[in-house]
Amino acid sequence: MLFTLTFIAYCFATVFYFVFFVSQNKQIRKYARIVLLIAGILHTATIIGRYFATGHTPLTTHHDTVSFFAWAITWAFLSFRWRYEVKNFGTFVSVVIMALMVIAALSSQQVNQLPPALQSKWLPIHASIAILANGFLAMGFCSGIMYLLQEREIKKKRFGLFYSRLPSLEALDNLNHHCLSVGFPMLTLGIITGSFWAKQAWGSYWHWDPKETWSLITWFLYAALLHQRFTSGWRGKRAAIMTIIGFGAVLFTLWGVTYLLPGMHSYVR
Amino acid sequence: MSADSIFVLGVNHKTAPIKVREQLAFTDDPEAPFRHFKSIEGCEEFCFLSTCNRVEVIFTTPRKEETIRDLRKFLFQASNLSDEESAKYTYLHHGSDAITHIYRVSSSLDSMIVGEPQILGQLKDAYRQSSDRDCTSVILNRLLHKAFSVAKRIRTETNIGGSAVSISYAAVELAKKIFGDISGKKVLLIGAGEMAELAAEHLVTQGITEVIVANRTLENAVLLAQRFKGTPVGLNEILDQLETVDIVISSTGASGLILHQKEVKPIMPKRRNRPLFMIDIAVPRDLDPELNNLDNVYLYDVDDLTHVVESNKSERVQEATKAERIVVEETLKFLQWLDNMELTPTITAMRQKADTIARTELAKTLSHIELPAKDKKSIEKMACAIVNKLLHDPILHLKDSCRPDEKQKKIAHARRLFSLDNDNQILQNSSEENRGNNITPAGRKCYDSEE
Repeated sequence: MLFTLTFIAYCFATVFYFVFFVSQNKQIRKYARIVLLIAGILHTATIIGRYFATGHTPLTTHHDTVSFFAWAITWAFLSFRWRYEVKNFGTFVSVVIMALMVIAALSSQQVNQLPPALQSKWLPIHASIAILANGFLAMGFCSGIMYLLQEREIKKKRFGLFYSRLPSLEALDNLNHHCLSVGFPMLTLGIITGSFWAKQAWGSYWHWDPKETWSLITWFLYAALLHQRFTSGWRGKRAAIMTIIGFGAVLFTLWGVTYLLPGMHSYVR
Repeated sequence: MSADSIFVLGVNHKTAPIKVREQLAFTDDPEAPFRHFKSIEGCEEFCFLSTCNRVEVIFTTPRKEETIRDLRKFLFQASNLSDEESAKYTYLHHGSDAITHIYRVSSSLDSMIVGEPQILGQLKDAYRQSSDRDCTSVILNRLLHKAFSVAKRIRTETNIGGSAVSISYAAVELAKKIFGDISGKKVLLIGAGEMAELAAEHLVTQGITEVIVANRTLENAVLLAQRFKGTPVGLNEILDQLETVDIVISSTGASGLILHQKEVKPIMPKRRNRPLFMIDIAVPRDLDPELNNLDNVYLYDVDDLTHVVESNKSERVQEATKAERIVVEETLKFLQWLDNMELTPTITAMRQKADTIARTELAKTLSHIELPAKDKKSIEKMACAIVNKLLHDPILHLKDSCRPDEKQKKIAHARRLFSLDNDNQILQNSSEENRGNNITPAGRKCYDSEE
């Protein structure tokens, strides 16, 4: 029930953001922001409700994980908005949130018995940090897309839908960097807590199970980008493309691994 | 009050060539127009606007022909044109057309470059000059304040002043889309030329702090650098400078390319790939078109910028149709106000307002006390009597015979006292914006030509 309400609120927020994007009517942006904030609060309530319904941190089923992912993006976005404003960022972020909410809505909400390996205090720590990291990386992905759209119009000298609506290239590049500089340390922390948990549950820190491998690949992609940015000044288009590829790896770690490469993590479905 | 007494007489860039307009300048004595207009019989209120693209007098008069003739004579007194000729160059708007015209001027629909923002400031200055000298009264005060708020409304509701319509401004706008905040950026000016200097000047006013001027002859570079408080360098130092600058404006008279892609490519890593915005205003071109294919380099030549400007202009034309609609709507509102400025509608409105108040208060009170019908009747009678007696003296005062302009002031006061026009607050916030353009009453500065 709460989930449905949240879902509807996100729908409205997304529609408002889209109408604002096309019309640039500031009044509508105000509605969009308020509705998104309401959706974020409802979503928090939903997750707390799930906690009591399942009796453990609701991050073990596919539905819960994706829903938590959407929640993480919403609050990452709201926390960023509180600090500084990026023109029309909300429209792009709301699309990603909405897509995740649709996926969450389509997957089974049934509560499963917690397998013994997951009964650990590490479950909430590891899973929530990892998914929060994904939230910031998803925002980096949005900023990358926005950068490419804006840069394309400026390079091609054909100003269409985006030129006037998107912020400057420099602002988008900075946004990209900010998202990564929060997301990457959290991703690192997620992997470290995961290996502690692995030690506790399976006896050793690292197993080369597909999920671990792929999160390491993701980590290396982002680490390479940040390293290049600091040492040789990678920025702009190249950074944007790398961020998008990195987010592709994030999504593959989340879904591809679970469905294509079964391993120890595969009970999370 | 009827709209028939409002007039606009003037010349602008559409009706008169510059040869004629420049003869209408009143540079020697800024007070002359005010003194003279005041002395013209029948010229009750007036406001005198003089810019490089227009000279016009907005005035109210009950006597038409003579006043108009005298005004026109004064405007053209310094010229050698005959009365017939001067009549040919001037336009005269009257009544609702005059109101529409003033609104179109204030919102820059009548400007040479539609949507340019200076005219509003110039009109505000002109109004201040006139009202400081007691040349305006109830009608023009209201009309001009309305003209300012209409201009503001059009600016917020349409995108008429939205995007750059000159090449140098288009360049500044692009720079902002690339760098966001351009203050603290560095610009390199290669060669000299009117458009390049104009673009550099715009960038400096937008906060660019450092200008480097490169020229074939160092002498010229030094001269130009002085203008922007910049650093002069020789042409052979350009490649070194490229490591630190952010914007390059090139307009040399060189017959071939002066900067090739293969020269700039190795510089990009040294710049740590910071974006480089290159503007090539020269014909033939100075900068290799291939430069645009480098990552983080954005090259625009004259044709590209012209293309941007053209598409912006056509966008403004579209927005102008929206603005015209607002002007029509606001003109109707002003006519409505003028109609109400007569004695009878004012008294009716006062009575109506008092009656409504009395009736609502009666209803409120009588709804929660039980009274016999007879007592209710007498309370109602009492309320009516209070209302009538309170209104008696103000109405008598309004009806007192007096001079016509006194009468308008009285009506305006009464309407304000009883707040019969809900939008009176716009009369206060007249002139907080666009105060930058200090023009002397008759001396003219050219703003219309550039944004």
